[in-house]
Amino acid sequence: MCLAFPGKIISINGQQATADFDGVQKDINIGLVPDIKKGEYVIVHAGFAVQQLTKQDAWEVLKEYEKGNKII
Amino acid sequence: MKKEIKLSEDLIKKIHNVANEIGRDIVIMEVCGTHTQTVSRSGIRKLMPKNVRLLTGPGCPVCVTAQEDIDAVIHLAKAGIPIATYGDMLRVPGFFGSLEQVRAQGAKVFSVYSVEEALALKKDYPELVFFGLGFDTTTPMTAMALKKGLTVYSTHKLFLPAMDALLSMGEIKIDGFLSPGHVSAIVGIKPYEHMNVAQVITGFETQDVLVGIYMLICQIRDGRREVENEYVRLVKQKGNPVALKMIADTFEIGDGNWRGFGIIPNSGLEVKNPKLNAKIKYKDILSKVDYSKSKKPTGCRCGEVIRGLIMPEQCPMFGKICTPEKPYGPCMVSDEGGCNTEYRYN
Repeated sequence: MCLAFPGKIISINGQQATADFDGVQKDINIGLVPDIKKGEYVIVHAGFAVQQLTKQDAWEVLKEYEKGNKII
Repeated sequence: MKKEIKLSEDLIKKIHNVANEIGRDIVIMEVCGTHTQTVSRSGIRKLMPKNVRLLTGPGCPVCVTAQEDIDAVIHLAKAGIPIATYGDMLRVPGFFGSLEQVRAQGAKVFSVYSVEEALALKKDYPELVFFGLGFDTTTPMTAMALKKGLTVYSTHKLFLPAMDALLSMGEIKIDGFLSPGHVSAIVGIKPYEHMNVAQVITGFETQDVLVGIYMLICQIRDGRREVENEYVRLVKQKGNPVALKMIADTFEIGDGNWRGFGIIPNSGLEVKNPKLNAKIKYKDILSKVDYSKSKKPTGCRCGEVIRGLIMPEQCPMFGKICTPEKPYGPCMVSDEGGCNTEYRYN
């Protein structure tokens, strides 16, 4: 149920946007992330973008963690 | 891909080394159903050191929806009220059948992917009730639909009180939680800090889960009880304030009825507006439901799977008379249910 997918915003029209999911384009609601811009990535759950996604992956987190850096 | 495999192998070695340093049996619970899927699909459970037990928790909304609520909504459907809900919920058997079965008998029951589809259906079916379920991740969407006039039977729940309940019930000693990434995208990090247990908020790729486990067992080895965040690319300190406000505007917190737990205080979300609250709007129909039947035991041990007390294969019905094709309980219905995941991947 909390399953969600990353998508790239390719166009915005008010609270609606079109997002690209690995080549499949789908309309989503962006009312919960009002500051999102074209070209940025979001996580989409049940048709709604719930949060902006940045690019740090697990390995970058691990690298910082092993350096002893506080990760928040 | 080769690089990722090498890094994963290195990480598994690190996990084994730290587990060896700990030198005692430890229990980690992946509380989120989507983590359970990643763990099973990637074979992570089998790659763990012998002294590290990974348990499935209550993070499957379909699985924790109480039988009473399913029976109530089935009565609404039978009384002629059109119902819309997320797909998995149609197949969960209540005492009086499933929503799928009453649809086959002529009731108006619709499966939707999003509340926007329910709002669209409302144009043709003004009496439509949305059977809302899900945790903090899913509630904001229902909140938005309430603001647009959708009537809702809410079984939405706050997830963190269930983690508190697991710790306070003390049925199993949990050394650490892999905490839910997408719930945290909404609630942020601070609400976990009172729990006094090691936690790592973790993403859902295989590598995320491995890094999350590594960070968690390092905490356990060091005797720390902190909230760390592996899912930094999504989870922010304050979560999503827009979504949190939307929930606060439209729902009030009350007791939540959870399968496997019973009532967990301050974990339930009820619709504030009485005109859009199906439990109030249709109280005449709902007051006639015989809920004593909802409490009858069926032999399904989903409640114990949800609390981490048994593994799915310890239920005598698992894989024999209870399968994804013919489920006896919600843990076998939902893709995120512990039984369904175990059946498909192992």
